[in-house]
Amino acid sequence: MTQAFFRQKDQMLGERPPPASTVGIVGWLRTNLFSNWINSLLTILSLYILWSSVPSLIEWAFLEAQLSGEDRFSCSEGAACWAWLDQRIGQFLYGLYPSKETWRIDIAFVLLFPALAPWLIENIPGKTWLRRFSFIYPFIAAWLLVGGWFGILDSVTTNNLGGFALNLTVGLAGIVLSLPVGILLALGRQSRLPLIRWFSVIFIETVRGVPLITLLFVSNIILPIFLPPDVALDAVIRVIIMVSAFASAYMAEVIRGGLQAIPKGQYEAAAAMGLSYWQSMRLIILPQALKISIPGIVNTFIGLFKDTTLVIVIGLFDILGIANAMVSNPDWLGLSSETYVFVALFFFAVCFSMSRYSIRLERKLDTDKR
Amino acid sequence: MSETDVRPETQLDGPSIQITGLNKWFGAFHVLRDIDLEVAQGERIVVCGPSGSGKSTLIRCINRLEEHQEGMIIVDGVHLTNDLKQIDAVRSEVGMVFQSFNLFPHLTVLENCTLAPIWVRNQPKAEAEAAAMEYLERVKIPEQANKFPGQLSGGQQQRVAIARSLCMRPKIMLFDEPTSALDPEMIKEVLDVMVDLAESGMTMLVVTHEMGFASQVADRVIFMDEGQIVEQNSPQEFFNNPQSDRTKLFLSQILSH
Repeated sequence: MTQAFFRQKDQMLGERPPPASTVGIVGWLRTNLFSNWINSLLTILSLYILWSSVPSLIEWAFLEAQLSGEDRFSCSEGAACWAWLDQRIGQFLYGLYPSKETWRIDIAFVLLFPALAPWLIENIPGKTWLRRFSFIYPFIAAWLLVGGWFGILDSVTTNNLGGFALNLTVGLAGIVLSLPVGILLALGRQSRLPLIRWFSVIFIETVRGVPLITLLFVSNIILPIFLPPDVALDAVIRVIIMVSAFASAYMAEVIRGGLQAIPKGQYEAAAAMGLSYWQSMRLIILPQALKISIPGIVNTFIGLFKDTTLVIVIGLFDILGIANAMVSNPDWLGLSSETYVFVALFFFAVCFSMSRYSIRLERKLDTDKR
Repeated sequence: MSETDVRPETQLDGPSIQITGLNKWFGAFHVLRDIDLEVAQGERIVVCGPSGSGKSTLIRCINRLEEHQEGMIIVDGVHLTNDLKQIDAVRSEVGMVFQSFNLFPHLTVLENCTLAPIWVRNQPKAEAEAAAMEYLERVKIPEQANKFPGQLSGGQQQRVAIARSLCMRPKIMLFDEPTSALDPEMIKEVLDVMVDLAESGMTMLVVTHEMGFASQVADRVIFMDEGQIVEQNSPQEFFNNPQSDRTKLFLSQILSH
């Protein structure tokens, strides 16, 4: 026989706090580091590896390191030699840009922040003005870097632009161009108009199907075909076009993935309300599809940024090119650890910032949960 | 039943929707077969039938979410053809409520409601917001205006979806199984809003299996099977005196438990 049971409203159970062993520092340690014997073993092993490697690494990189000197012979063995930094930092940052003109790159770099801020920070004062500024910023930056117009600044050939400034220029231009082009290609691939669909598919598959390095090589031959015969396209512009085209093919597929995740009902609801195709894309579909695609988009951005090191194949000296040149210089021969660690830090700083920002953005846009 | 009967007199000046000889295929599958249907202004029609009978497809043809291959559909005097302008004209006059709500999850409740008035009707934002708040009050959830759809219950979401459609001040409302995705506790709150809407004289086409709703507010019940209209009658006659064998079988199945 079933035992009858009931609770009146005043007999309902109240809330109780969780057991003390699952909260606080002890709880955290227990769940994250010592949850079972395998995890405990791994924790202890990791601590041992850190304890035996970190102090000697710090000793090598900082405590015993040589910070100044004329060449590698002023450094002792068994410790890092940072003497070249003092001598060569200019080249690492600006390449072969004339040293009395590098202030122009500095200004362009400083102006980058007000140009990016209105797109990255939501509640920033003067947002509309900053946005307007960001649209003219590319022209200001180009003028500062190349000079020449109106004779106010001395002109500098872009072949002299190098070092990290070149990586940043190509990387940022590629990022800014590849996102909109990628969106258009993704939409084009889903278009009902065969001509637009075929163009998008052919572009994506062709560009994605070959290594970027070959694109850079053939840019010397292919791009001039589409241009009037007397226009000689600047090497940096050529790189920017090719890097953007390459990244936008990847971008298109990443965004197509996002578009496919949007339920059919969203398209139908937008259509049923009388929104036009572009309105429903801009207001309903893309905001959701791009949000879903953020990890893939940032992945492509990071890949693009690191691919800027490939400019070396067409004779431009980005930060890695400068590093290669220095490591093979007799004065500094054998300092590859220090040099490449230094270069890696630059890339890591930029890529890691992008990654952290994208995680913050994802959290902010996550409106599905409270 | 007579004291809860809320049917106002139907005004009869020209049909609101006129469908003649409608045929539609999905590939080789003949979903809609020779549909003739005339809906008067202010008329409330409930469409029912087994799944796969073409009832949803029929009402989705009325705002051109589905394209038809044969026959003629005239909505509020506008002939539905491939002409995008005609389609947009019809869509801005016809509201639709879906089974799965289809609210825009990245926008707040209020933004969901003001989006189409602002972008399709070119209303100023403040005006659109004031109107939206009125409709949210009418569906009894003005306090949720600044929440996101994901924070609401199913019943609340469906009421927002109804308010969102009403914000376009449509002449016709289509409901495609509006309560089928809801928990039993929430069906009533949505049906109450729909009854209230019916009382206000809105032209409504409702695909539903809520037979209580049908007998309370419908002017006409249409029973569809295998892509055709099998029977149509007043709700009283339809439920108490069904004519075709197919209708009798269907009613016995849905009313038996």
